[in-house]
Amino acid sequence: MSIPTLPIERPTLADQRPPTDAVVFDKVELAFEQNTVLDGISFRLAHGETKAIFGVAGSGKSTILKLALGLLKPDAGRIVVLGEDITRMKEDQLFDLRRRVGIVFQESALFDSLTVRENVAYRLMEEGDIPEEEIEDRVREALSFVELERTVDLYPSELSGGMRRRVAIARTIITHPEVLLYDSPTGGLDPVTSNTIIELLVKQRDVYKTSSLLVTHRLQDAFTMGTHYFDRRENKMKPLPPDSRAEVPMGFLVLRDGHIIFDGDLKELRDTQDPYIREYIS
Amino acid sequence: MELISPTDFVKSKVQSVQEYALLAVRSVGNLFNRPLYVADIVQQADLIGFGSLRIVLAAVFFTGAALALNSASSLQRFGAMTVIGQLVSVGIVRELGPVLAGLVVAGRNASGMASELGSMIVTEQVDAMRALGTDPMKKLVTPRVIATIVMLFFLTILGDFMGLFGGAFVVSLVLRLDTHQYWSSTWQTLEFSDVFTGLAKPVVFGFIIATIGCYYGLSTKGGTQGVGRATTEAVVASMILIIAVDVFITRLLMITLGT
Repeated sequence: MSIPTLPIERPTLADQRPPTDAVVFDKVELAFEQNTVLDGISFRLAHGETKAIFGVAGSGKSTILKLALGLLKPDAGRIVVLGEDITRMKEDQLFDLRRRVGIVFQESALFDSLTVRENVAYRLMEEGDIPEEEIEDRVREALSFVELERTVDLYPSELSGGMRRRVAIARTIITHPEVLLYDSPTGGLDPVTSNTIIELLVKQRDVYKTSSLLVTHRLQDAFTMGTHYFDRRENKMKPLPPDSRAEVPMGFLVLRDGHIIFDGDLKELRDTQDPYIREYIS
Repeated sequence: MELISPTDFVKSKVQSVQEYALLAVRSVGNLFNRPLYVADIVQQADLIGFGSLRIVLAAVFFTGAALALNSASSLQRFGAMTVIGQLVSVGIVRELGPVLAGLVVAGRNASGMASELGSMIVTEQVDAMRALGTDPMKKLVTPRVIATIVMLFFLTILGDFMGLFGGAFVVSLVLRLDTHQYWSSTWQTLEFSDVFTGLAKPVVFGFIIATIGCYYGLSTKGGTQGVGRATTEAVVASMILIIAVDVFITRLLMITLGT
């Protein structure tokens, strides 16, 4: 797959990445009181890969994302993110790592007392030593990536659900994180808006080569990501020829009762004989 | 209602105390760690201080007036109306000014903090803040603690003056006594220990209000219903603590200052 360079592309850390996985879960266990959510799950997310995580409600999909960011601590097992073992890291140490990892929350989690500009610029303003002009430029660039440049002065309450998700994506990508975690980014949205969001995710994957974990209930979204690429020349998502689909760095995980019952690519998922997974994807 | 075992009940209470203690210690410890969110401190000071000004002044003014009226009916029997200023000043400055200001700010701001932070918890804004590399303790808790302590201190001073004016209002317009005598007895009665006691209390009360409000807000569970519950519990806990701690501070300062 040969993809020409777009003006928005800039050199990323992708080119200097060490030969390790972006995220590693090794026999991770977590229970809330008496309820076991994750029971010894292990998987690897390679650099540049996007892995979609499926599972019924309450199967621990969002929990995996929070664990990967250190927002929750596992009861047992080991989690390595960008080469750093975060399992026993203290909160202060995690703040440095979180500058390299971004998350888009299920309900966007925008700060409702801040404007879109302030939300998107939040992380840059927290750095404290970035000039105003540079912040403004980067906010415009991030908002242009999600095609919401006109909303800079609006508050989150003035935006639609889909626009809020896109602002959340802009807030996350403004620092060009090496790993992105998406928690149901299309949940509750209409098909057209969902498609726009998925196109942004594909764009992020193919333009910035960002490693991503995507939690979703919508199988068609993950399948779209596995069967499409982002054409930088035409600046839109296009379907891949069937014989090129294996080139897309896209994996799938299926969770059931705290265990991973499937970890493979799109072809393996379609060919699986597991009756539960067949029923799930049918 | 779900029944829980006594052991689990005690464990959960001990855990709550532990979590509150950790929050309280970290809120103070963050004063010495960068960054210090000065803009947030100023914003909270405006919200807490100027926002509560009218209600604190009104509450202490009318309490001062009521105290003067009640004192007058008792003092008249002993022909000791001249000491009315002493009673009002000591009562307001040592006790009623700081406690009333504390209770008013607790009712207004502990609830506000609990509901604001609780809403941020249920909408994952606090998690988002952590994910964006900000320590919520530094950004949300410490500014509220500093602002509440500082503003309650000054609100109490202003409230004390209003309480004394309330007493003067009754002395002058209702009891038709000499206000000059009222003010001079008020002024001469107050000693260093009275003023110190009256100004030490708002510092402790401010700390209680902010830490309790933030603790209940950040411990919110269970969606919007949980926010409502956290708000109510924050107000109840902070008010009870203010009234209970007041007794201990009063006694402690009496021993310390030898009064």
